[in-house]
This record gives sequence, C-alpha cells and structure tokens, in this order.
Amino acid sequence: MELLLQQVMAGLANGAIYAGMALSVVMIFLAIDHLNFAQGEMATFSAYVAWQLIDWGIPYWVAFVAVVILSFAGGVAIERVLFKPLHKATIFSQLVAFIALFSILNSADGYIWDYTIKTFPTPFGTRPLFGSDLIDAHEAGMIVVTAVLLGFLYLFFRGTRLGLAMRAAAHNPESARLVGIRVGWMTALGWGIAAAIGGIAGMLIAPVVFLDPNMMFGVLLYGFAGAVMGGLTSPGGAVLGGFAVGVIENLAGTYIPYVGRDLKLTIALLVIVAVLMIRPAGVFGRSSVSRV
Amino acid sequence: MMLEVANLDAFYGEIQALFGVAFALDEGRVCTLLGANGAGKTTVLRALCGMVRTGGDIRFAGERITGWATEDIVRLGIAHVPEGRGTFLRVTVEENLQLGAMIRHDRAGIAADIEQVYTHFPRLRERRGQQAGTLSGGEQQMLAVGRGLMLRPRLMLLDEPSFGLAPLIIEELFGILRQVNREMGVAMLIVEQNATLALDLAEHAYLLETGHVVMDAPATVIGADESIRRSYLGY
Repeated sequence: MELLLQQVMAGLANGAIYAGMALSVVMIFLAIDHLNFAQGEMATFSAYVAWQLIDWGIPYWVAFVAVVILSFAGGVAIERVLFKPLHKATIFSQLVAFIALFSILNSADGYIWDYTIKTFPTPFGTRPLFGSDLIDAHEAGMIVVTAVLLGFLYLFFRGTRLGLAMRAAAHNPESARLVGIRVGWMTALGWGIAAAIGGIAGMLIAPVVFLDPNMMFGVLLYGFAGAVMGGLTSPGGAVLGGFAVGVIENLAGTYIPYVGRDLKLTIALLVIVAVLMIRPAGVFGRSSVSRV
Repeated sequence: MMLEVANLDAFYGEIQALFGVAFALDEGRVCTLLGANGAGKTTVLRALCGMVRTGGDIRFAGERITGWATEDIVRLGIAHVPEGRGTFLRVTVEENLQLGAMIRHDRAGIAADIEQVYTHFPRLRERRGQQAGTLSGGEQQMLAVGRGLMLRPRLMLLDEPSFGLAPLIIEELFGILRQVNREMGVAMLIVEQNATLALDLAEHAYLLETGHVVMDAPATVIGADESIRRSYLGY
C-alpha cells in the first residue's frame, strides 16, 4: 500500500509536467485547429529567458511574471510574422514552418546559452511536504500551479466575452467575421496564451529535468499524448490526461514485470491508444454534434 | 439612400460572378433579389459583406465600403444571415445570441434584446442551454435570424431564409421578419428561391440573370406579370 501510494504520487508529480504542456497544446489546438510541433521549443526558450533574468539577479517571481508576459508577446509575434501569411497555405506548408520554428528556437537556445546542462531554481523548495517523502514542495507547487492555470482558462473561456469570441472564431471563422469578431487577432491571442502557458510549464519543468535545449522533447510527446487522451478540445480533459499518463507510466513501471524504467512509457502510450480506440475524441473531448 | 450599389463586379478566383450590378435600398424598406440558381443572388450578399473579391461601388449611409473587411462592415449595422444557417454549432443557443451582439458593449441592452429574441422565438428560450448543433433546421434558422437581430442592425441580408423549412415554420418566420421590419424599422435585402414569399414581404424586386440585373420593378408588378413569372421565376 505504501509503495502504491508512493508510485501514484510520483506519477502525479510527473503528470503535472505533462499536464502543463498538454494545456498549452490544447490552447493552440483551440486557436488554430491543429498542433504546433514547436510548442516544446517555445517553452524551452521561455525557460532560458527566465534563467537569464534570474542569473542577472532579478528575483524569481519578478522574472516569472516577466517571462509570462514576454512569452505571450512572443507567441502573438510568431503568429503575426510567421503564421498569418501562411494561414491559407496547406497544412503541409504550415508543418514545414513548424519544423523550421522548432529548429530555429532549438539552435538559438544552444547558440545563446550553450549546450551545457544548467540547474534551474524552484520557488517552492525541494523539502518533503508535510514531513512525508511522498511528495516534495516543488512537485506539489507544480500541481497547484497547473490547477490554478486550468481554473483561469475555464473562467476565461466560459465566463468572458473574449473567451466566447475565441471559441467562435476557432469553430467557424466565417460566421465569426459576420458578427464582427476579428478572427486573425483571436488566433494571435490563442498563440499568445498557449506560449504563456508553455512558458510557465517550462519554468516549472526545468528544475526537475534540468535546463538544456532538448529538455522538452520527451515532455512535449507525453503532453501531446495526455492532451489527445483527455480530448484536444477540453482543457480540463487535457490536464487529467496529462496526470493519467504520469500515473499509468509509473504504475506500469513498478507493477508489471519486465517493464521497468525502459518500457513504462510504451505501456502508457499503449493505454492511450486503447482509450482512443474506444473514444476517438478523447475521454472528455467533444466531437461536434450536427444534424443534417 | 441607405444602401447604394453601382457597377458591382464580383469574382471567385478568376471567374467573374457579377457584372455591373446596380440597385438601391432606402432606410426601413424591404427588397428582394430573385433569379434562378447560379444567377448571383448569394454573391451579391457576400459582396456587400466583403466576403468575395469585389469591384465597383458599394455605399452604405454615404460611405464607400467596397473592399472593407467583413468585421468592419458588420460594425456599420449590417447583419448577414447566411444560407445554410451559419450558426455556431458547438456553442449554446444563448451563446450564439451573445455572439451576435459581440460588437456592442451595452450589457443591459444586450440582455433585453436576448429576451426580445426569446419573445419572438419561444422555442429558442426552451433550448437556450442546448448546443446549437442539436437544433432542428427550423430552430437553427430562427437562431440565425435571432443572432442577426442581436446586432441591432440597420440592414439585414437574408439568404434563403425559407430554405429547407416546413410551410408552417416558414409562415411563422416570415411573420416575424415582417414584424421586425415594421416595428424596428430594419431594412432587409432578401434572397429567395420562393418568389411568392419574397414578393409578398418586399416592396421592390430585382431580377438577376447570370450576374446581371435584367429587370427591377415594384414587387406587386413583378408578382402580377405572368410572362416574368414564367421566364424567370419558374412558377
């Protein structure tokens, strides 16, 4: 029982990492209706900027807020400069642009900050929480921040006119224009929010996996997996999906013989494939209902 | 004149769909565009809203709006209710109505207008929390019209409002359109396959053929002229 609890908690801690990234993936999906393969690299770049600010002696939380704002602005800028001109291009042209963005940011990280692995501070500390070794303060902090982000997004999308306008613009751009919504700016806003969330995820993940240009590679994969499992149209589902991936991965590694460290992620992905075979839109995803 | 259109051309890619179309519509009046499938009726509405590439001269309240972005044209008070409903299927009925008022910022007025739409279309009130995609065709058309009204438009562009609806529902819908026109003074430009309906509501009619206006006359005149009916309206 002790072991089970320990593994579930460790899984939740990993899951918080995936959940943060999954949230960012869902945001961009809601805005542009497909995935951004450079999402992880954008988050890594944000984390590097945060590292730089902290290295210059700026207090953590000041740097944190600055990076959220800069990431948002950067996301909007990328959409305006790179993807707005491409918005009528085929999905393949956009894919190439995503790959380009991926490698530009990845190389920029290495070029500016070199490829050596850096430690990244945590604002929560790493002491065990409540004197138990089930979870440490940073892991708990990650879970709380993810939950808070989710709450903000929920309020934004369900409770504000801007959130409603963003949903409308994503679902039906032509009708959105006909009610006066500036669809292009809604897309840019989606990029900005996704980049800001990615930046937060990056800053929280960096203390765990250490900062290097490729730190997000695996994380983004599992973030994608969590988002797809929960449903790409549901922020809440994506977060739960991210946590589920973390927990399944850990339990499989502990309890299924021969799986161990090497195969546990394979098991997690297998579970996800099984879920998608039963519910193609994800556990909480909405396939649009229509009557013809 | 509220709306004045002259020398209007429209293009889909290289293909020209409208050739020098001209018409006018005064504040609070109703006119209809009639013609066979493919005559360019829908294209006229799309051109007015900047949804196709256009040339020529469109003036609304004296201002030349040719080439404007759709979002800016809507802000002048032009509500386009497109063919095939054009509602937001994945959001609720009430959210659709709120979206219709996206350019307005008078909270109380918006709430009052939502109530007003529910008074016009009681069935929408019953379904207010439902996803629009689950509505029947008739309910969706009512929602589309209701959403258009939420703009507090000066001009409504209605594309085939009767399309695919049962006769009783058509009657109900056109009754409300007439009421909206009379009580709120909303001008309307209606594209219809069902010429009888449209001529009944409109004061003036324009006949379109292959992208040209071939005739315009008061609705009663066109409705009474058997040869026009036979050659252009097919009944």
